[in-house]
Amino acid sequence: MLAALVIVFREIIEAGLIVGIVLAATRGVERRGALVACGIAAGVAGACLVAAFAGELASLFAGSGQELFNASILLLAVAMLTWHNVWMSSHGRAIARDMRNVGTEVAAGRRPPLALTVVVGVAVLREGSEIVLFLYGIAASGGTSAAAMTLGGLLGVLGGAGVSALLYFGLLTIPTHRLFAVTSGLITLLAAGLAAQAVAFLQQGGYIELMSATVWHSAWLLHEDSVLGRLLHTLIGYSDAPSGMQLAVYLATIAVITGLMWLVPSAGPGRDKQAAE
Amino acid sequence: MTFPNHDRRGAVLGRSALAAGLALVAGLIIAAPLRADDTTIVSVVIENHRFTPSEIHVPAKKPAVLEIENRDATAEEFDSSALKVEKVIAGHAKGSVRLRPLDPGRYRFTGEYHEDSAKGVVIAE
Repeated sequence: MLAALVIVFREIIEAGLIVGIVLAATRGVERRGALVACGIAAGVAGACLVAAFAGELASLFAGSGQELFNASILLLAVAMLTWHNVWMSSHGRAIARDMRNVGTEVAAGRRPPLALTVVVGVAVLREGSEIVLFLYGIAASGGTSAAAMTLGGLLGVLGGAGVSALLYFGLLTIPTHRLFAVTSGLITLLAAGLAAQAVAFLQQGGYIELMSATVWHSAWLLHEDSVLGRLLHTLIGYSDAPSGMQLAVYLATIAVITGLMWLVPSAGPGRDKQAAE
Repeated sequence: MTFPNHDRRGAVLGRSALAAGLALVAGLIIAAPLRADDTTIVSVVIENHRFTPSEIHVPAKKPAVLEIENRDATAEEFDSSALKVEKVIAGHAKGSVRLRPLDPGRYRFTGEYHEDSAKGVVIAE
């Protein structure tokens, strides 16, 4: 039961923290609950599919299909997070203003791209497929009774969801006019971390050989397996032994997202003033 | 009043970012895995949720590949934060794990789905 609890908790947290940030980042956006729910549902369905075809997936591309798949969906998530941040840099201020003026979370007519639904789906799919494989393995070997396993899994889900909810409600205590600046920053770091993880998968699959040497070892300071290490790994891509290419891609991702956000003009400053008066 | 051109501009940027990502992945597929000649290849077997050998020696500072065969019916995940590797190996399937050039030292790994029994260490020297 404990094994089921620990592993489910671990995977749920990794997906849940991302969902928490997405929910906070889309505050005041029309129908965001439905969008996030769709992402979760698609992710769960995808996770079951990936788990069912794990063997077939792995044997693609000379045995490195799994690495390529993981890297691809991570890069997809990075692209979607980038898109969202760029969209928010032109609409965020208007949404924040609407929320203050109208005192409602519904900002009519401001629909974000589907980007974050995809991000939620990808996060759930990646972590979910591991949960499915693990629980299926336990159930098939019959070591633990089904009841104990279910209980452990449920407690893991509750614990993981609890921590994610803490993050979400923590973010909501940030004043509205600051919230989107904070979530944009979080999403930028999240995207950079995911890009660095994609690089790790491409190196593992043998697709990238350049700059594969480790840049630093900081496990003595903060081990990646510790609770804080895992949280930071998920949130900002912390690694206790990154490769040169991972570090380069991490920094490049931050530079590209920040650059794009800066290039896109803020949506109608004139309109902002009018509405405020 | 709305400013649809900003929406469009964001969408175009998003699509360009997506296209760039896909192009990168496509390029990588075409590039295909390169395998240097000095790569060490080690065979590892998973049976009854245990790794054999559980102590794997590889030369330091050189790339190595672990060819892992899972003889169990259920999937296992070769997991090591020290080696920066996560790899699911389905039941009755094989998978290869590529290790980056390692500094001398001991790197623990586990089978994440059976951590009680499935564990081992890679020793780079």
